[in-house]
Amino acid sequence: MTFYEEKINQIKSSHYSNDSQIETVKATRHFIDNNFDKDLQLEFLSHVRFTSKFHLQRLFKRYYGLTPRQYLIEKSKEFLKSGMSVTETCFAVSFESLGSFSKLFKTKTGKSPRSYQKEQVSRSN
Amino acid sequence: MKVTLISIPVLDQEKALNFYTEKLGFIIKKNAPLEGGNRWITLVSPEWQDGPELLLEPAPLHFEPSKVYQDALMEAGIPWTQFDVDSVDAEYERLTGMGVEFSVKPTEMGTVKFAVFNDTCGNNIQIVETL
Repeated sequence: MTFYEEKINQIKSSHYSNDSQIETVKATRHFIDNNFDKDLQLEFLSHVRFTSKFHLQRLFKRYYGLTPRQYLIEKSKEFLKSGMSVTETCFAVSFESLGSFSKLFKTKTGKSPRSYQKEQVSRSN
Repeated sequence: MKVTLISIPVLDQEKALNFYTEKLGFIIKKNAPLEGGNRWITLVSPEWQDGPELLLEPAPLHFEPSKVYQDALMEAGIPWTQFDVDSVDAEYERLTGMGVEFSVKPTEMGTVKFAVFNDTCGNNIQIVETL
């Protein structure tokens, strides 16, 4: 076994040994990926695996490095790239308002959803 | 400031170019001659051609500490860098079918699955899939 494999096994047992927590966040992510027609706010997501919303937020961040809302912002980029309007995208990823969506989008990407979309469209032409 | 370049040390640029394009599927973005037969070669992913470029850098040939560091990582099995893939299992099947050697077979850890292969240019490279 290499040094790297030993370290990986060490990290696996120290940080990734709680199978139930890992299954919860994986199931939540899969639910998000397959249910853009549904409500994806934390309150609703927490019901999918019967956790409290704050617990789910902590777990998601712990295992994916992003909160569910930040993950939704990442997914929204795919919709914007495909040509979906900013308003439709905002509601597809279950943000309650264009304002909150645009604000977090800009914080995480450095540009507004509209500028991001324009840039992507001009790149593909 | 923007992150646009990831350097990969390679012992033989031509061999690396073949491996990274023909087996891994990257495409050439820049290929310019430099002194002493060296070249500035960068590659990008076909599906993300505006993304960061991989620089195939012949550092181990010209700067001994680079070679020492590269060899030490290789011996310890530590990946030089990692690439995201849609399916680690599919890439493992595809690459082993092309004769690529893996030091770590597809393995799950938490919310990722990963595997590590030898790029034949002096490096271990990790592929990762988010689960």
